[in-house]
Order: sequence, then C-alpha cells, then structure tokens
Amino acid sequence: MPGRMWRDKAIRVMLVGAASTSILIVLLIFLFIGKEAVPFAVKPGLGELLGKNWIPVSFQRVSFGILPLVTGTLLVTTLATLMTIPFGVCAAVYIAEVASAWEREILKPFIELLAAIPSVVLGFFGLVVVVPLVKAIFGLPSGLNALSGSILLALMAIPTVISISEDAIRSVPESYKSASLALGASKLQTLWRVTVPAALSGIIAAVMLAVGRVIGETMAVMMVTGNSRLITFSPIQPVRTMTATIAAEMGEVEFGSEHYQALFCVGIILLLATYILTRIAQRTLKKYRMA
Amino acid sequence: MVEPDNQLDPSDCKVQVENLDFWYGPTQALFDIAMNIPARQVTALIGPSGCGKSTFLRTLNRMNDLIDDTRLKGSIRIDGQSIYAPNVDVVSLRKRVGMVFQKSNPFPKSIFDNVAYGPRIHGIRRRHVLEEIVERSLVRAALWDEVKDRLDSNALGLSGGQQQRLCIARALAVDPEILLMDEPASALDPRSTARIEELIDELRTDYTIVIVTHNMQQASRVSNYTAFFYEGVLIEFGATKQLFTLPCEKQTEDYITGRFG
Repeated sequence: MPGRMWRDKAIRVMLVGAASTSILIVLLIFLFIGKEAVPFAVKPGLGELLGKNWIPVSFQRVSFGILPLVTGTLLVTTLATLMTIPFGVCAAVYIAEVASAWEREILKPFIELLAAIPSVVLGFFGLVVVVPLVKAIFGLPSGLNALSGSILLALMAIPTVISISEDAIRSVPESYKSASLALGASKLQTLWRVTVPAALSGIIAAVMLAVGRVIGETMAVMMVTGNSRLITFSPIQPVRTMTATIAAEMGEVEFGSEHYQALFCVGIILLLATYILTRIAQRTLKKYRMA
Repeated sequence: MVEPDNQLDPSDCKVQVENLDFWYGPTQALFDIAMNIPARQVTALIGPSGCGKSTFLRTLNRMNDLIDDTRLKGSIRIDGQSIYAPNVDVVSLRKRVGMVFQKSNPFPKSIFDNVAYGPRIHGIRRRHVLEEIVERSLVRAALWDEVKDRLDSNALGLSGGQQQRLCIARALAVDPEILLMDEPASALDPRSTARIEELIDELRTDYTIVIVTHNMQQASRVSNYTAFFYEGVLIEFGATKQLFTLPCEKQTEDYITGRFG
C-alpha cells in the first residue's frame, strides 16, 4: 500500500513538473534577457532608448534610440494586419459557411501548407516576386520597403486567421441561423448579421494571435524591408524592424557592450508586446467559449 | 381517414394542403397529407415522436429546404397561392409565416436588437419606427413590462421562459400572418408554460397559429383544431373538442388515452 501511494506521488510530481516546465521556461527567458538588459537601464539609462536615432556603431557618438525600429515594426505590422483581416476573415467565412464539402477538402490542406512554409523560404518568394512587383507598381527605384515586408507577413498570418476564425464560425449554433432564416433573412444576411457577429470574439482572438506572430517574425522581413533606420509612416519607404535589428546585429556585437545590452532591451520590449497580445487573445477566446 | 375539411368552410382556410408527400433522402416522412388549416384559429399537431408533425410544420415555411437531399411532392397553398411554385420568393414567404422553435434561440445580442432584427433585414432603418415595432411586439408577447427598462441588455441573460417569449416577439415583429410553433413550451417549467399558453390564446385573434406539441393536455387547452399524425400519416383532423372526446379513429383514441406513444 505505501508502495503504491509513493508511486502515485512520484507520477504526480512528474506530471506537475512537465506541466510547469513551460512556466519555468518563460520565467527564465524573462529573467536572463532581463539580466543582460538591466545594466543598460543603469547606464546610460532607459531614456537613451527613446531617442530618434539608432546608431550603435560610430566614431563620433553612439546612439540607441529605438524609435525608428518601433515605428518600422508598427508600420509593417499594421499594414500586414490590415491586409490579413479582410482576406483571412472572408476566406474563413467562405470555407466555413459557403464552400461545399469537396471545396473545403481541397482548400484546407493548401491553407495548412501555407502555414507550414518556413519564413526564409517565403522570403525568397518575396525577393523574387513581391519586391519586383511592388517596385513596378509604384515605380520605385527599389521594391525593398515596408509594403513588401507586410505582404509577406500577411501571407504568413492569413493561415492562422483562417483556421481559428473558421473554427469560431463553425461553432456558432445552428439555432441562430435557423432563427434568422425563419425571419426571412437571406443566407447572406444571416451570415453577416448573425453568424459572423456571433463568432466575432473568436475572430478577434485569431487576429490577435496572428499579429503576435507577425510582430515576432524576423527572417522574411529582414530580407525584403530594406533595413533602413528611417522614422517613417510611408509604406513605400524602406524600414527596419526590431526583430531584424536584433538578428542583423547580434552576430557582430561586442559581448557585454552597451550595444549588446541595448539589443537585449529591444528583445524585452518585443517579448512584452507579444506577451500582452497573446494574453488579450487568450482572454477573448475564453470569453467566447463561455458564451 | 376523416375528411380533412369537416366543419370547415374552405374559404375560412388559411392554408390548404393536398397530397403532400415528403422524403428525407430515400426515407419517406410524410404520406399523402391533406389538411385545411383554418384562419385565426389555433391548430395543434400531435402524435408520437418521429410521426412527422414537425416535418409537416416545417414544410409550411419551407424550412425543410435548408436540409440537403429532401424532396416534396403535392401542394401547399396559403391564401390560395402555392408556396412551392417556382416563382415564390422564400424570403417573403418566411416573412408571412413566422416560426418559434422548440429551444428558445435568441441571438447573442441585446433584447432590442433581437426584436428589431427582422424589421431591419426587411429594410426598416428609422430608429423611432424600430422602437415602435419593438415595443408593440414585446407588448404583444407579454414581455414588455419585464424588459422595458433593460432593452439594451443581452437577451441571453433572460430566463428560459422570457427567452421564448422574446422569440415570439421577434417573430411577431415582422408582422406575420401565420405563426408556426414547434413545441414552444417543451423546455419550460410549468409556470412559464402557462404564460406561453395564455399568450397563444391572446394571439389567436390576429394570427393563424399552428403548434406542434407533445403534451396532449396542452393541445386540448390551447387549440381549436387538432391533427393527429402517426408514422407520417395524418390519421385524424378535426375540432379539438371532438377529437379528444369522440375520436373517429381507433388509433387516435389509443393515443390520447395513453395506450401508446
């Protein structure tokens, strides 16, 4: 008897341990990245980050203002989100409510495949197709700009939005639709006025998760956005995102230098942003499952 | 089979059903139904589960059209006009023939928006017109006094009985002529059921009501006419009083006295 109790306890500890690992890892990540970033907060101080210039290597004066990186990330993310929402939601509505069974069977694997493409490979596609296209359409000297980056990010985010939104739309009770149709609403009216609003919180959560992914995306963006440290809100200007900055500079930075610490600060800010977005998404999803 | 139009002058009929057959895929669910449903009366459809009464009810507003692989033969006319003719607009048919479902199904919207949904999709935009319709419909459904101070709160916060009356109000808001009710009180407690029954009694002066019910006491309480279905066949149709006291068919008698079903 004590033997079995002991075994039960051991298994329990193992399971709890496995389940808490993720919490531990997240905490450790915060801790160690924070540890590298803290000295920067002491000297030269966090105020340094608010500057308008990111000049980490200079013979005159270095400057670690992350504003151009933040605006770059914001610009690319916002554009990508604006492209993702209409496209992703419409596709989800079509797959969930309009498509016949065989259409769905063809569409879904392709969407899943799109989600599985490595971002570097998508970056190639960007360089070969998107960048020349953007260049030609807007008559620019170069197609390496925020718009090209956000198109690639939208391609990456759309599958997530489609899958989760589709789930949300399909879980809208049939009784809502019957009620609407029985009142003389057309199928289209029912779709836009009852089904989609009822699935809205799920759709919002889908978009949030996708935005979280978009903010953190690095490779594809680095390949096509032009990587110029401009503060701009024009889609056809080259920009540099926070992620691209870290990826590009981390390799050659002097260990423990101010530059090194500043990059960790950028990382912390990214981490916080995605963490907050994910939390909002989770909360919205939870609410919608209750309803 | 009792003559479907006994005691009924065809000119008082709102709905005339002739030779109606209905199939779900290969399975025939209704067999040669003929029935004249009187205007501004309550007609109850009774019978054991799976007898086709709900299927029949749903042929009257063509809700069965939404189920794949169903087929219908025969004719149903409302005010003399066939509702299955090729030129019939299903949307305007469903506007004329409202429906209340077994399980109350308010939209996850405010009380106001629930009732205003029908008028809105039929093109009414003006706020004060909508307010008027919402109030009138809620009063008619005996719910106004309970909800008038919280029209903006979510309909899902209402009790089961209130939700069902809200669904009735929502159906009334598009000004239907016929109201189909599919076991509207089967999920409610006795008190709420009594309220729904009172409501049906009040509505009969303005609407032609067809109600499916499992509950024979309910049928005898609320209806003027009763149709007894068994295995897809209309066994007997007549005045409720007569059907419950002196049924013509042995099967009807067996059912209402509880020998089967």
